[in-house]
Amino acid sequence: MATEILMPALSPTMEEGTLAKWLVKEGDTVSSGDILAEIETDKATMEFEAVDEGIIGKILIPEGTEGVKVNTPIAVLIEEGEDVSALPEAAPAAEAGNEAAAPAAVEAPAPAPASAPAAPVVDLSPDWPADAPMKQQTVREALRDAMAEEMRADEDVYLMGEEVGEYQGAYKVSQGLLDEFGAKRVIDTPITEHGFTGIAVGSAFGGLKPIVEFMTFNFAMQAIDQIINSAAKTLYMSGGQMGCPIVFRGPNGAAARVAAQHSQDYAAWYMQIPGLKVVMPYSAADAKGLLKSAIRDPNPVIFLENEILYGRSFDVPQVDDLTVPLGKARIWREGTDVTIVSFGIGMQYALEAADKLAEDGISAEVIDLRTLRPMDTGTIINSVMKTNRLVTVEEGWPQGSVGNYISSVVMQQAFDYLDAPVINLTGKDVPMPYAANLEKLALVTTDEVIEAVKQVTYR
Amino acid sequence: MAARKTTKKPNVSAEELKTYYREMLLIRRFEEKAGQLYGMGLIGGFCHLYIGQEAVVVGLEAAAEEGDKRITSYRDHGHMLACGMDPGGVMAELTGRIGGLSKGKGGSMHMFSKEKHFYGGHGIVGAQVPLGAGLAFADKYKDNGRVTFTYFGDGAANQGQVYETFNMAAIWQLPVVFVIENNQYAMGTAQSRSTSTKDIYHRGEAFGIPGEIVNGMDVLAVKEAGEKAVAHCRAGKGPYILEVKTYRYRGHSMSDPAKYRTREEVQKVREQSDPIEHVRELLLSGKHASEDDLKAIDKEIKEIVNQAAEFAKESPEPPVEELWTDIYA
Repeated sequence: MATEILMPALSPTMEEGTLAKWLVKEGDTVSSGDILAEIETDKATMEFEAVDEGIIGKILIPEGTEGVKVNTPIAVLIEEGEDVSALPEAAPAAEAGNEAAAPAAVEAPAPAPASAPAAPVVDLSPDWPADAPMKQQTVREALRDAMAEEMRADEDVYLMGEEVGEYQGAYKVSQGLLDEFGAKRVIDTPITEHGFTGIAVGSAFGGLKPIVEFMTFNFAMQAIDQIINSAAKTLYMSGGQMGCPIVFRGPNGAAARVAAQHSQDYAAWYMQIPGLKVVMPYSAADAKGLLKSAIRDPNPVIFLENEILYGRSFDVPQVDDLTVPLGKARIWREGTDVTIVSFGIGMQYALEAADKLAEDGISAEVIDLRTLRPMDTGTIINSVMKTNRLVTVEEGWPQGSVGNYISSVVMQQAFDYLDAPVINLTGKDVPMPYAANLEKLALVTTDEVIEAVKQVTYR
Repeated sequence: MAARKTTKKPNVSAEELKTYYREMLLIRRFEEKAGQLYGMGLIGGFCHLYIGQEAVVVGLEAAAEEGDKRITSYRDHGHMLACGMDPGGVMAELTGRIGGLSKGKGGSMHMFSKEKHFYGGHGIVGAQVPLGAGLAFADKYKDNGRVTFTYFGDGAANQGQVYETFNMAAIWQLPVVFVIENNQYAMGTAQSRSTSTKDIYHRGEAFGIPGEIVNGMDVLAVKEAGEKAVAHCRAGKGPYILEVKTYRYRGHSMSDPAKYRTREEVQKVREQSDPIEHVRELLLSGKHASEDDLKAIDKEIKEIVNQAAEFAKESPEPPVEELWTDIYA
């Protein structure tokens, strides 16, 4: 039976091409893999190979023809003994290809209409009972307890990183874990972030639940391909088959006097990635409850800690199995005149500012986002609908900041409630300097928060 | 590439030989069909064909046991077919349809099967190497006696993370077979222009990882080497490297004009070292099969591939809701 040989698409973008040269002539016997012709695509001149075996019965498009559309018949392949004269002079331009080509892009769903300003429904339930007994604990201890509790509860949870075992943690967060769980589950790695991150991600595909400690998140840049391309995207690329339950944790943001390469806030970077969850706790209780939830979460979670906060003590509720759900903000302080939204160490400045502002008769509501992705924007919107003013506070850089995203959400969902432009307070737009005075200037401060609040409240 | 040894009488049953013939032919015909569908505009984007390299995966799969894992890069169709994944599901993924193994959301480079222990299908050159070691890490952690085949090419062998992984695989004695599919060209760059050593497996010696060269055009040689490597890993002796010398007949991807090598070079390999012809000769010369027997197999394979292509054309595109699913578990 005669088979038409069609003009092939030889690149992802090719729609037509030039049939530069025939390397076979009518009557030639060809087999699979033989070069039939040279075709010029939009990128290069390519060789076009035979797929089937047979005899070239007729050449329909002569060499040198330009603008031959993909899927146009260019020759006819016949079998031994078939009659060439029965073939048509030139086949009509194939319609078949059009039908076969990828259907047109589906119309994207219309964007949600600028909201009728209805108050979002948010989870206001307490994270622990109000009468729970409290104990003062540092963030460092709370994080260690969270890991220890989850490792006791689930054999598949293990900790991997530089100096997490024998050294007891570069910042002593993993203190005591090697003694309790042994070297099989508390694993010291060589200094090789890209490699051990990939190994940890692979082990999560293989059924384990790794906690990867980066000595600081600055070093995770060596591994960011594995975090984003392997951990975050595989569930989607596999059509839901292959998830990656893993926690990447470690100190993030500025420490003190360690200069540009060791002082950087990655919140806005990771927050952009679908497939990742991003957590950045402030208090010890939240650090514990959120880390336990992160370890149990079936998705990759970026858990951003802060070196300066490690030694800070907070009340931690003494309840069995303290967990805090991911994606739920916490209202630290209720207020009526302005909303201050922050997370991580930014909360320190936000709360200090709120105290001082109260002395001036300004009532600030302070929201700790705790999780940046998924973000509890409902709690922000509800607050802005009450206070009509918003200041965001973070340590990261201004361009493409977490605050920028919050501003856009508030513009779309609560524009009519705003009585002043939103102010996004951030670190300064410079690499972190070493000199003590310059470093101080580069960071966001409590005074700047106070100043911004006065600006949006027109005081 | 080592010349094929046809003088040695292989110690292999007729059934086994026929199985290898069938499996390699399935990959060859499947890939030819994929190339054809690409030409028709039914497959888009990148599409990296495995034609010429068939003996590598078929030989190594013959050395694997149930439960062993495999992971590779984006030249992955052959690996999936060799480990038993459904040709229709693979082809429908290439055409971006809901019947594809990733529901059309992964494409040629990204397919997975927990059932067949196939862990992808990865698009960043070399990234699958630590991932594969991680699978082996999980097996060692669970002490389940499984081995992971981690495939990568001569191109990936220059990525730093490969050597970070060699180091950790060695210190932690991970049960992983590193399979370097050396097809001699990293996209368009010949190995001699990109790689300081002639034989890449030697680099393992720096980490104390044993390895060897394997003739990747001889499925029986690949299987034998694979069995040795797997036994090494299963015995708890840590990783092993197989540098399998092979050759890809087609371009790096569909849009590769392949001007970096001569047509004669390709033709010579096809004529003198083709892995399928090799088994065909063994079957015929050993009187294990007649021409007619082989024709029947050819027909059977053609039918499977045609059915896969039909399924891939008829399966609908994913519904628009699929845009928003599978982002979080």
